[in-house]
Amino acid sequence: MKKATFKGGIHLAGFKELTSGKETVPAPIPERVYIPLSQHIGAPCAPLVVVGAQVKKGQRIGEGKGFVSSPIHASVSGKVIAIETREHPGGSFVPCVVIENNGREEWDETVRPAGDPARLDSEQLRRIISDAGIVGLGGATFPAHVKYAPVEGKKVETVILNGVECEPYITADHRLMLEKADRIVAGLGYIMRSVCCEKGVIAIEDNKMDAVSVMEKAAAGKNIRVVVLKEKYPQGSEKQLISACTGKEVPVGGLPLDVGVIVNNVGTAAAIADAVEKGIPLIERYVTISGPGIREPANYLVRIGTLFSELIARSGGYNGEPERIIAGGPMMGKTVFSDDVPVVKGSSGIVVYHKEDKKAQREYSCVRCAKCIDVCPAFLEPTSLAKMAKRGAWEEAEMGNVMSCIECGSCVFSCPAQIPLIEYIRRAKQAVLAAKAKAKAA
Amino acid sequence: MNNQDDLLLVTSSPHMHSPDNVPAAMRDVIIALVPALIAAIYFFRLPALMVIVSCVASAYAAEYVCLKVMKKEMTNEYSAIITGLLLAFCLPPTLPVWMAALGSIFAIVIAKHLFGGLGQNIFNPALIGRSFLLASFPVAMTTWVSPIDGLTSATRLGIMKEALGHQLPSLGQLFMGNVSGSLGETSTLAILLGGLYLLYRKHIDWRIPGSFIGTVFILMAVTAAVKGVGLWYPLFHLFAGGLFLGAFFMATDWVTSPITKLGRIIFGAGCGFLVVLIRLKGGYPEGVCYAILLMNVATPLIDRYTKARVYGGVKSHA
Repeated sequence: MKKATFKGGIHLAGFKELTSGKETVPAPIPERVYIPLSQHIGAPCAPLVVVGAQVKKGQRIGEGKGFVSSPIHASVSGKVIAIETREHPGGSFVPCVVIENNGREEWDETVRPAGDPARLDSEQLRRIISDAGIVGLGGATFPAHVKYAPVEGKKVETVILNGVECEPYITADHRLMLEKADRIVAGLGYIMRSVCCEKGVIAIEDNKMDAVSVMEKAAAGKNIRVVVLKEKYPQGSEKQLISACTGKEVPVGGLPLDVGVIVNNVGTAAAIADAVEKGIPLIERYVTISGPGIREPANYLVRIGTLFSELIARSGGYNGEPERIIAGGPMMGKTVFSDDVPVVKGSSGIVVYHKEDKKAQREYSCVRCAKCIDVCPAFLEPTSLAKMAKRGAWEEAEMGNVMSCIECGSCVFSCPAQIPLIEYIRRAKQAVLAAKAKAKAA
Repeated sequence: MNNQDDLLLVTSSPHMHSPDNVPAAMRDVIIALVPALIAAIYFFRLPALMVIVSCVASAYAAEYVCLKVMKKEMTNEYSAIITGLLLAFCLPPTLPVWMAALGSIFAIVIAKHLFGGLGQNIFNPALIGRSFLLASFPVAMTTWVSPIDGLTSATRLGIMKEALGHQLPSLGQLFMGNVSGSLGETSTLAILLGGLYLLYRKHIDWRIPGSFIGTVFILMAVTAAVKGVGLWYPLFHLFAGGLFLGAFFMATDWVTSPITKLGRIIFGAGCGFLVVLIRLKGGYPEGVCYAILLMNVATPLIDRYTKARVYGGVKSHA
């Protein structure tokens, strides 16, 4: 079988063997959880509880205004002891609801199936998914129900589940596919029904052939196809995944829906299955904790709001002195200031580097080797864009399609001059956005 | 909350980097030049060694002084060494060492640093150094010795161009390199070894040497057909002169060649076309140096018109 892939990209050392063979274990349920009121793309939530209130597991504690938002639920039962601003693994500081766990694990009354799953129609399914606070679990945290909302004149032909997991170290989705294949397939079925689509695809890289065979077995007899993709970074990026699976390209500035596709993470599908069949909102997820700075890398089933520090302690603590902790994978993840940050809906992994891993890096002049261009999966010229950004030529950068950059980091990884191309490109993107906002306001 | 001292390092993604870096890549280029270096010393002995040492030492010294004057740090010492080596490789082995040194200094100071230093130069510095020497010392620059008897003799292309009565060397001799010519260009075999190493290490794109050599071969084969001579004619043009050295080590210079894939094919084909034009119609027997320099000028233009189509976009020209 010829394995599909996309154009550009890089080959990375995966380091996945550290955790890929380890069965997921439930992480200890913490004494206190710190649940940020913003865990999705879109309007942040306002708290629905006050300090001192008693809450139950699965109870809605935060709600946002507007369609592009997603509610937030208590991940333990207990008492709200504070609503305070804390560091979010995304890098910002946001209000968090702090709940002291009473250890009783009482479910909220609202947590119950909405009806016979087989008889729910697409609108009912979207409402359940919205109420359960389900967002994209691959890391982008886009509210799922917004993605499934019908758009005039656009038909969904294929729902693709992303089981690629191309970031080094992270194996949470890999384990999920091995351990909860049926939930994923069931969830994909509900997604397909909610968008009235007949064709489902589960895309997996060829470094997880065990997951491929498990998923194939689970999907047998359904209109769901498992597609094996070549191992290459960033295969898990939405646009690159669509190209590999369908041969189509999402138009510049467009959405996957423009080529009749919706992409979701396998974890999102599993969460949807729980929401539809059991009424359970999104209060826990699979998290990989790995990297050279961790004694016992592992996969955990983690309650949202558990601090990184508790997972690190559960993993035998630090190996050496920690230097960087990355929320997410090493290619696109964000470093955090301390281990005092909570796991959120978009936390797929925690990667720790210790001090010995830091190699002195210096920036050399660009020698026009064009390696950045060869690897760019968006077919851009990162070096040219960086040079434009350096001299503030924002319009020129916009003409050079700077907004099409997906910030996968392949160019920076490959640059022998070790130029932080992506930082210049982000600067240009911000300037272009700012100019657009200004033009709109004027 | 943590104390200031306990805070972790916060950096921008990606947090992984390939082990590649510019000095390492340039070191590989030097490694790739070693076979040709050995061949040069083997065939042309002490005079060749003197020219090489003179070029490399003066290039390095010029680089050092330039950076010192501009109060810049020496970050990449291999680059100047490569310029010195490449310049030496396209000089006659009998060239007086002071001339070689002068060419080397010209290459570094004028062709490289006056344009803004590494990465900013428009022309290949080594080729500018050679052009400068050829314009300044035309006799010394065109005096060739045979590696067999050490006597003055014409180069192979010279023999052909002037229709001299000498016997042309065999293709085998040309391939091995025991013929007269510039000191580092005569052994096609040695250069090919180095070129393949660079291809293997992914430092150069096959498109440039491929289209360069391919174009020369095709055009010369057509010429041979018109003239009614055999296949030896295009092969002779491939192995005689500086084509392989130019195609693998000079046209592929990162800084002065196009950054797009299509652009590299156009660049290589353009070099090949100009070489044929100069060799057949021009005043010089050899044209590799000027062909590459002329295409260097065209590089920004080629880049502009061969920009890739953005993902999900339509083909457009800037």
